[in-house]
Amino acid sequence: MQNAGFIFASYVLTIGAILLFAVVTLRRAKESAKLVEDKNKPWI
Amino acid sequence: MKASQVNTGVSLKMSQSSQKFSSTGTQATRVIGVLAIVVMAWVVISGLVFTPADVVQGESVRIMYVHVPSAWIAYLAFIVTAIASSFYIFAKRHSLGFDRVAGASAEVGVMFMAITLITGSLWGRLTWGEFWQWDPRLTTTAFLFVTYIGYLAVRRLDGSIEQRARRSGVIALLAVLEIPLVHFSVVFWRSLHQRATILDPNGDVKMDGLMLFTLFSGVVAFTLVFAWLVLHRQRTMLLSDLSNERGLDNAILARQSENASN
Repeated sequence: MQNAGFIFASYVLTIGAILLFAVVTLRRAKESAKLVEDKNKPWI
Repeated sequence: MKASQVNTGVSLKMSQSSQKFSSTGTQATRVIGVLAIVVMAWVVISGLVFTPADVVQGESVRIMYVHVPSAWIAYLAFIVTAIASSFYIFAKRHSLGFDRVAGASAEVGVMFMAITLITGSLWGRLTWGEFWQWDPRLTTTAFLFVTYIGYLAVRRLDGSIEQRARRSGVIALLAVLEIPLVHFSVVFWRSLHQRATILDPNGDVKMDGLMLFTLFSGVVAFTLVFAWLVLHRQRTMLLSDLSNERGLDNAILARQSENASN
């Protein structure tokens, strides 16, 4: 495949950015969830 | 007693009690998450292996399977931000839930816009020989990105949650007007960027079937990712707002008891 470096980089950056955002979001969620009782979480 | 001591005491007491502290996940988010991973895996395999090289663009067309969906989902995210903000501002009952959806959607939109700009510049390097050109489409996209960075900065200003919702809501309603400008910039001005291939006004789509299917799979995958992230993020914002409110209440109580004892 020609220009494989650029093409792979675009996929790696895309998936990496999404994963990073997801991990940060879940970590924040876990920390915040410890401070609020379940009765105040409407999704439960 | 200082406010920080009160807060620490409260959180300690809570962690020792028998209360349950579930996180932001539900059955629905788990299903969306699994579907997103499956469809995303298909996009990567099909985009890198199964689809053919383009007659004009060659192998660089493979970048389009992540570049185009990320741009569309960024638009979607900013439109959701504007709709949720308008519900907050114009509805009789100013529900802060709409503000949190707006904020969460804008954050995810900024991430997708960053992906659009980066993958676009990689594609530009292969196609035009340059990472960046001050072309109308690129410039307006960069301007849109910076606008929503500003929107997120405004959300972090000091003030009450209601003030945050009002300020950012007004900005969201103005900022969304940039989207047609970005989309039609290739029509309004002479642009290096190609015109719409899929959203062609004449409906004349010149794309191989598998290439088109992979592109739409990318849109589905990114939409699922968007939904998953927004659900988790807006729930986290609610938790954070509740704990901040409680911290403030405790600080006020501590100050009042301090004044009473003096």
